[in-house]
Amino acid sequence: MSVICSETFQRSFEVKGVKARIMKLTRSRLAILVISFAAVFPRAGHAESLAIRNCTWCHGVSAQGYNPAPGLAGQRREYIQSQLRNFSEHTRDNPFSQLYMWGATANLSPATAHDLAIYFSTLPPQAADDGYRALEEKGKAIYQLGMPDANTAACVVCHGPNAEGVGEIPRLGGLAYTYLKRRLEQWGQGYHATAKPPMPGIASKLSVEQIEALASYLSFVK
Amino acid sequence: MSAISSSFSFGQIMNLIKATSQFVILTVVFSATARADAVSKQNFAAKIGYCQDCHGVSGQGYRGFYPIPRLAGQQTEYLENQLRAFVEHRRTNNVMFNVAHNLSPAMIRALATNFRHFNPRPLGGAPKNLVTAGKKIFEDGVPDANIVACAACHGPDAVGKNEFPRLAGQIYPYVVKTLTNWTSERGQIPGKPDTSAVMQPVVHSLTKSQIEAVAAYVSYLQ
Repeated sequence: MSVICSETFQRSFEVKGVKARIMKLTRSRLAILVISFAAVFPRAGHAESLAIRNCTWCHGVSAQGYNPAPGLAGQRREYIQSQLRNFSEHTRDNPFSQLYMWGATANLSPATAHDLAIYFSTLPPQAADDGYRALEEKGKAIYQLGMPDANTAACVVCHGPNAEGVGEIPRLGGLAYTYLKRRLEQWGQGYHATAKPPMPGIASKLSVEQIEALASYLSFVK
Repeated sequence: MSAISSSFSFGQIMNLIKATSQFVILTVVFSATARADAVSKQNFAAKIGYCQDCHGVSGQGYRGFYPIPRLAGQQTEYLENQLRAFVEHRRTNNVMFNVAHNLSPAMIRALATNFRHFNPRPLGGAPKNLVTAGKKIFEDGVPDANIVACAACHGPDAVGKNEFPRLAGQIYPYVVKTLTNWTSERGQIPGKPDTSAVMQPVVHSLTKSQIEAVAAYVSYLQ
C-alpha cells in the first residue's frame, strides 16, 4: 500500500524538474494524496510525508545533500535500503553515523525504509561540483584504471563508468568532496559500512593525495 | 681427550647442534622458495591481495557494475593464457590490460597457479527455472543448430582442462556477458588466432535464451 503511495509521490516529483516548483507543489500534492488515499490507506499518506521530511531536514529538500549529510537523490535504491538497515543495526559506525543516523533509524520500519529508498533513488541527482579542478584528471585516472604498481583496484569495475553504482554498490558521482574524502579516509581508520565489503582493503592503500584527487573527480561527475 | 670434552659442557654442545640445525632448515627453506619461482614472497602476497580485492578473497567472483569472474578452481593454463591475452590485446579489457601489462612471466605463472586449489561455494543468484534447459544444452548441445555439447571441451563436470576454462560455479552475469560479447572481446588479433576461435561458431549460433540457460546451469555447479 505504502509502496504505491510513494511511487505516486516520486512520479509527481519526477515530472516537475524545477526545485522551487517541487517545493511549492509538495504541499498541494500531499493534500491531494492524503485526501485521495486517506479513505483507502488511512496510515500511509501521513507516515510517508513525515518520514521524507525527517530525511530532508538534513539531506536537503531536493536531497542534494547538505554538509555533512550526503546527497541521496539518484542514490541506488538497494544501497539506501541496506545502509538504513546498517545504521539501525549499528553496523555502520563512523562518528556522524553514530551521532545522527543511529537515532534517525532507531524506529524506522523496514517498510518505510523501503519506501524512502524508492523515493530518494528516483529524484534526479545534481553534481556537487565542489572538488579541486586541478586534481580532477589525476582522480579520473585512478578511478578508471586503478594503480597496478600499487596494487590498487580500479573503482570503475564496481561503481560503474559514470560512478552511478549498481544494486548495493553506491553511486559516487556528484557527491560532495568533503563527504567523499571523509568516507574514503574512514575505510582505513577501522570504521565499517557493511559486514563484508571489499572496500577497507582497497581504500586503505590510498594516500591522502590520492583520496583528494578521487574525491575531486567524483564531485564533478554528472 | 678428557681435556677437550671437559672444555665443552653438555649445554654448549646442545646449543651448537641447535644453531646448526636451524641454519640447515633456513637454508632448505630459502632454496626451495628460490626454486619455485623468481617472485618474492612479499610481492606475490601483495599482488594476490590485489586480485582478491576484486575477485573475492576465495576467488569466488563478485557482482560489481561489471561482473567480476570467479577464479577459484580455474585451470592454470587458462588463467595464464588470459593474462597474456589482455597484455597482447587479443582480449579487450582496459582494466585487466592495465593490471596485467607489467606482470613478469614468473608472476603471471605464480598468480595463475594460486587459484587452482580454492573451492568456495558458487555465488548463486541465477534464475533457477533455466537450469534444466541449460543442463540439456551443456550435455547434448543443440544438434539442430549445429551447436556442440559444452561438455565435449569443458568436461562433463565443467571443470575444464588446460586452456579450456572451468565453468563450474562461474557467476551467471559473467558467462552471459562473455558469450554475448565473444566476437568483440576475444581473439581480437586476426593474425594471431588463439583458443578462443573454437568458441566462435558456437556463440554465433546460440540464442539469447540459450546463453542464459547454459549460464544459469553452470553457475550452480560445485
